[in-house]
Amino acid sequence: MDRVQFLVALSVALFVVGLVGVIIRRNALVMLMCMELMLNGVILSLVTFAQQTGTVSGAVLVFLIFVVAAAEIAIAIPIVLLLSRQRKTLDVEAYSELKG
Amino acid sequence: MNLLTVIVLLPLAGFVLNGLLGQRLGKPFVSIVGCGLPILAFLAAVRSFLLLQGGDGTALVETAYTWAIVGDFSFDISLYFDRLSAVMTLIVTGVGSLIHVYSTGYMKDDASYARYFAYLNVFLFFMLMLVLGRSLLVCFVGWEGVGLASYLLIGFWFEDPEKAAAGKKAFITNRVGDAGFLLGMFLVYHTLGTLEMDRINAAYSGDVLPAVSASLVGILLFIGAMGKSAQIPLHVWLPDAMAGPTPVSALIHAATMVTAGVYLVARLNGVYLHAPEASQLITVIGASTAFFAATVAIVQTDIKKVLAYSTLSQLGFMFVALGVGAYGVAVFHLYTHAFFKACLFLGAGSVIHALSGEQDIRRMGGLAKKIPVTFVTFAVATAAIAGIPPLAGFFSKDEILWFAFSSETGGSTLLWLVMSGTALMTAFYMFRLLWLTFLTPSRMSHETEHHVHESPFSMTGVLIVLAILSAIGGFVSIPHFLEPLLPMPTAREALEHYETSLIVLSVVLAVVGLAGAVFVYRAGLARADALAARFPRLHRLLSGKYFVDELYDAVLRRPLHWISDRIFLGIGDRFLIDGSLNGMAALAQRAAGRLSRVETGSLQLYVLFAVLGVVACLAWMWRNG
Amino acid sequence: MADPTVLNLVLWLPVAGMLAIALTPRGQDSLVRAVSLGVMLLQLALTAWLYAGFDATQPGLQFVTNVPWIREWGIAYSIGLDGFNILLVTLTAFLGPLVVAGAFTAIQKDVKLFYAMVFFIQFAMLGTFVAQDLFLFYVFWEAMLIPMFLIIGIWGGERRIYATLKFVLYTAFGSILMLAAVIYLVYSLYTTTGITSFAFTDLYQNQLPLDTQSWLLAAFGLSFAIKVPMVPLHTWLPDAHVEAPTAGSVILAGVLLKMGTYGFMKLGFPLFPDATRAFTPALMTLAVISIVYGACLALVQTDIKKIIAYSSISHLGYVMLGLVSLDLLGIQGAIMQMVSHGIVAGGLFMMVGMIYERCHTRDIAAYGGLARLLPVYSVFFMILTLAAIGLPTTSGFTGEFMALMGAFNAAWPQFEAGYALPLVLAAIAVSGVILGALYMLWLAQRLLFGGTRAPHQPFTDLDLREKLILVAIVAAIFWLGLFPAGPLSKTELAAREYQQLVLGTHVFGSAP
Repeated sequence: MDRVQFLVALSVALFVVGLVGVIIRRNALVMLMCMELMLNGVILSLVTFAQQTGTVSGAVLVFLIFVVAAAEIAIAIPIVLLLSRQRKTLDVEAYSELKG
Repeated sequence: MNLLTVIVLLPLAGFVLNGLLGQRLGKPFVSIVGCGLPILAFLAAVRSFLLLQGGDGTALVETAYTWAIVGDFSFDISLYFDRLSAVMTLIVTGVGSLIHVYSTGYMKDDASYARYFAYLNVFLFFMLMLVLGRSLLVCFVGWEGVGLASYLLIGFWFEDPEKAAAGKKAFITNRVGDAGFLLGMFLVYHTLGTLEMDRINAAYSGDVLPAVSASLVGILLFIGAMGKSAQIPLHVWLPDAMAGPTPVSALIHAATMVTAGVYLVARLNGVYLHAPEASQLITVIGASTAFFAATVAIVQTDIKKVLAYSTLSQLGFMFVALGVGAYGVAVFHLYTHAFFKACLFLGAGSVIHALSGEQDIRRMGGLAKKIPVTFVTFAVATAAIAGIPPLAGFFSKDEILWFAFSSETGGSTLLWLVMSGTALMTAFYMFRLLWLTFLTPSRMSHETEHHVHESPFSMTGVLIVLAILSAIGGFVSIPHFLEPLLPMPTAREALEHYETSLIVLSVVLAVVGLAGAVFVYRAGLARADALAARFPRLHRLLSGKYFVDELYDAVLRRPLHWISDRIFLGIGDRFLIDGSLNGMAALAQRAAGRLSRVETGSLQLYVLFAVLGVVACLAWMWRNG
Repeated sequence: MADPTVLNLVLWLPVAGMLAIALTPRGQDSLVRAVSLGVMLLQLALTAWLYAGFDATQPGLQFVTNVPWIREWGIAYSIGLDGFNILLVTLTAFLGPLVVAGAFTAIQKDVKLFYAMVFFIQFAMLGTFVAQDLFLFYVFWEAMLIPMFLIIGIWGGERRIYATLKFVLYTAFGSILMLAAVIYLVYSLYTTTGITSFAFTDLYQNQLPLDTQSWLLAAFGLSFAIKVPMVPLHTWLPDAHVEAPTAGSVILAGVLLKMGTYGFMKLGFPLFPDATRAFTPALMTLAVISIVYGACLALVQTDIKKIIAYSSISHLGYVMLGLVSLDLLGIQGAIMQMVSHGIVAGGLFMMVGMIYERCHTRDIAAYGGLARLLPVYSVFFMILTLAAIGLPTTSGFTGEFMALMGAFNAAWPQFEAGYALPLVLAAIAVSGVILGALYMLWLAQRLLFGGTRAPHQPFTDLDLREKLILVAIVAAIFWLGLFPAGPLSKTELAAREYQQLVLGTHVFGSAP
């Protein structure tokens, strides 16, 4: 298997693991980490294809994703922190008032 | 020359003035306006009559205005005055004015004096529209209008729920007849293209007969007449209508409104001459009503109820005359009946007034010497109705009996027997009434007897006039006067020589009736009560008026209510319609409740759904290129 | 005489009224009332001017305004007066000041909002009547629901939420189907002729096959039949009337119900003539069922407003009967009956409101002998009762008589040709006059006659405001009853056009 295929498969694997983690894990912080994992998988595939085609656009997008991910983490972690202070738990199931 | 319009509008002016200003301006104003305007109308009617006689015989026609124009047809409000209209108008305004004058005495102490005269005037307005109208539409306006006036006047003392209910009964029963009238009108309009009665007559008298059978038109319009003139089976309202003030009973339920049906058939004689089935129906119903009403009158104990059933019976006579083709004779009897029946009713009013409200003849007696004027006028009118010559009733009733026997169009021996039997009963119960009220020893309570007094001149004066008219009115040969319009039926040749013997026979019957009444009631009620005890079931049947009211209640009123309430409302509206609506709403709510369980609030479940959705989309896109 | 500005003014005056009210300072209820009454009276005056200026001899639309609105879809702001709506517009303008004046003492909270809603609904109703573009018509048709929802929901009786939701959902359901039909109709016009237009005059000329017509008629008809209301789609009416405040009931009975029959007359039947002719027996049957069923149910009610509500169902059955008779008398009678019922039923509800303000109950058993306690009130009540019964000289007679005559005229030839059903139905409809007298006189009996009985005595008889309102109504009743020739002449050409459109004999572009 050549390098590109391997790297794409790796990025898919990272993405799937992250996705499954978001679905299955109940800990809020772990869900956030899995979402980061998904982002990283996408980044990896972008870099791979950037390298393969020789253009820069893929790499530029990678930097975009870095920024967005950083911003997202900066907002998400404090939200989780404040919420967890209210309910005294990081379990996502505790926040289901929006049901019905 | 708007004379006819003036005749009709004068009482209307009286209604407006008395209705709006009467209460405030007091009784003298109401009396002057309320009586004066009808008297003026009478004078105008006399003038029109003279104009008619002075002319060449064609009717006077006035068109007031056009009510509506639809397509090519215009509904005009026109008035028509020929000899028949003349007779009717003179009776209505003449007897009407007399009764208005009588009312000033009778209703003197009533608090709603102004309202009474307003209603009486509006009645006169509508009645004049009825008899002067040229088209069936104008006639119908008057027809329903007199029904309204009758409703208001029967229920005049409305605080008594029974009296108000009697008014409602009258209106509803009349309405049933009106439904038939409407259908007849529609049929006539559709096939003949006109509603004007003279044109309708002409259409049926011409060479080419209209497409629709005269009998159908005749029967439908007769249904209207049955309601207004209280013929079986729509007669039930008339006895109850006695709840109204007695002058009302005299005017509306004796002299004028109830004769509207007779007028209608007589006016449309062109149709009925060519409608043998309709005429037969009229004869049968007239004869039945006459006979059965007379049987009920024999056992009635309220003075007004006796007269009410007597009116039903006499109306039956008129319809029999119409049925055998003697239209002019029917109008003649209408004319004489107006005099003596009004006299009888007003006399009864005088008696009730004298006895401070007593109406039960079992508690009367011995009044002849105490209220002599009332007694004499009442006696004259009684003799007239019984057919004692040479009073008015003899002439008219006799002609009816003659044509009932001999007319080629419907006369028969059986009919004559039934009607003569009725005449016999008429004499019997009328003299019964006279004896029990005036000539038997007194059965009055001591209180009442002490207060007996003759009525004021406003009342007795009218009684005298009417008694005189009942005596000499028969000498005016109305049938002859109306013959150019209302041809006399041909009598069977073979029977013509019976004419004099029949006259003698009818006088004999009247005398027999008188004798019978004197025999049974001379000393009071004892013999009558003994007779009643010997035939208890018959007595109960007659006293119960054949239980027709109870029959209607059981067969019509209660099922209608039950169906409307249980089936239409209960099952139809509430259960089926609203039930299905509310059921749909409940279903929607339940379904929504179940579906909303998808919203668990669990974040992970939502993400799972999102992912599944994306996968499904991708799979679909991959599958379908 | 084709100056269109006055019609626009009449239509938009209620909106101006809403703005004027919105600008009045808070708490000045009497100012709000005065302004409302003033605007309504101005509208009535302008409408009277329009009525007088309406030329009865000219076919087609008058006072036309036709301004393209959404050009790509062929939608225009197109309004005009013709024989179909002239009387209904006059009726709406006539009832406007009466409604406003009648509510002076009845509405005490949120007065500004109330009168704003009354103006809103006046605007919507007038718009429905004068719109000559199907899209515009639909907008106004739907717009009318909002103020009615609020009027019943805020100022209504105990079960007002149930009643108003029922009313809105029921009506809106029908309207959704109508919307689908409208879209299909315009689309089919486009595919057959290439014209994209919502204008009535264009849509009339569209020829559709019979089964398409039947479906579209069903869709339109459902919406209109709910509004009329026709049995069995009528059950929203008693609840809505009972729970609505007096002014709401008067608007509802006076004008809103006519929108259904107007819809049939202007749109439903002329747009789908073949289907209408095919369904005439069924429509006639439904009309007669409405007459009889409504009357029977009125007989067994205990709430005064419910009796009048069911009587409305019965009376509007006569309108439908006249419309499907396709006879000129019947059609004119139907139009007359629409106007007459608006005035009479409006008046009756107004009177119920007056007695309710005094005694706070609508239960018949609580009343008796009012003729002794409230003589002036009783006179007016009796006159309105007689008009409802259809006594000659009142407007009720004019409408019923002509509608029944028209139905009979249509039924008799069919009977002679062997088909007896229409004649039987016409005869049953005639017997409906008996039932009509039965329940109305029973009501009058219980209320006015007999022993005196009423809660919250002593109370005063009618004051000047109430008398003026009732005098206006009674005057209108007698005017239409005694002199209908004038109004009938204005509607004659429209009635002919309707007849020709449904019979399929209309030649477009020429006078009927």
